[in-house]
Amino acid sequence: MRNLFAIIIVFTLCSCNTEPERLPFMQMEVVENVVDGKTVQDTTFRTIPDFKLYNQDSTVVTLKDFDNAIYVADFFFTTCPTICPIMHRNLLKVYKKYEHNNQVKFASHTIDVKYDKPSVMKAYAKKLGIRTKNWEFLWGTRDEIYALAERNYMVYTKEEAQAPGGFAHQGYLILVDKHKRIRGAYDGTVDEDVHKLMADMDILLKEK
Amino acid sequence: MRKNIILAIFLTVISAIIYACQNASEIELSTYISNGKDIYRANCQNCHGENGEGLGELAPPLTDSVFLEKNKSKLACYIKNGTDQPMTINGKTYQGKMPAFPKLQTIDIAQVTVYITNAFGNKQGMYKYEQVAKDLQECK
Repeated sequence: MRNLFAIIIVFTLCSCNTEPERLPFMQMEVVENVVDGKTVQDTTFRTIPDFKLYNQDSTVVTLKDFDNAIYVADFFFTTCPTICPIMHRNLLKVYKKYEHNNQVKFASHTIDVKYDKPSVMKAYAKKLGIRTKNWEFLWGTRDEIYALAERNYMVYTKEEAQAPGGFAHQGYLILVDKHKRIRGAYDGTVDEDVHKLMADMDILLKEK
Repeated sequence: MRKNIILAIFLTVISAIIYACQNASEIELSTYISNGKDIYRANCQNCHGENGEGLGELAPPLTDSVFLEKNKSKLACYIKNGTDQPMTINGKTYQGKMPAFPKLQTIDIAQVTVYITNAFGNKQGMYKYEQVAKDLQECK
């Protein structure tokens, strides 16, 4: 009898452990719909809308290029003296870990669209040590980039003469899943956050 | 006998004076280094890294002792006014642009120079404020 108890307890514990970890959804909304005269609650997730930007090779990049992949998005500019070098030093560690995993991509958007033309970003990427195609440095019009940052990725960006380098922005690394839903935001200047990002990416890669 | 005692006292006093002097300069060096470390953290670490390792080809490492020794008189100008000169460091050429740090005062530059040239495997001792002031007048 006692043995049976022990077995049941062990079983219960095991079944708890096998439950796969899941990342939260960052922008979840509960919508009420009326179906057949009854009010039904439905949960919807906001997704990143389609965009058309240019990468460091001056080729068009749309959201389709991120299909079947999870990706990390951020906002930066190449002449940034403050947080961008720290963010990209950290993101480089993440990139190195997934360099040859075609299910992982990176999207760095420039917020200095006047200076950071694709050719400038190409040189920047090369100097940073990016050799593969899965890290895109994206360029678009000012309005497109700033709208994406604020409305979709929820990152604050602004042209500001007083800020060092001329732009003020947040150093968040945004994790997006295969269905274009935001699943995490990590401060790219904090080591612990970057480790969390890598751990979370492993969890997200297992998700179907 | 008396002569010997006097000589012994004399020598003790002299060596105490020398020891005290060394101590004072050591204290000055460690003040420079510890202040320089704070200045480095606030202004340089973003690009050059916590351990002076640099960032890809964007920012060179600060570990090339020979380069630092040879170009010591130019370091102050690089820091104050920035530079876009190509530099060969550890056998690699770097062509990036370093921004200017006009807000740093001469004493700050002296202290951060001493920190850099005594950290990351470098050990080049003191570099005085007066020397940095002179270097800054020679900037091109």
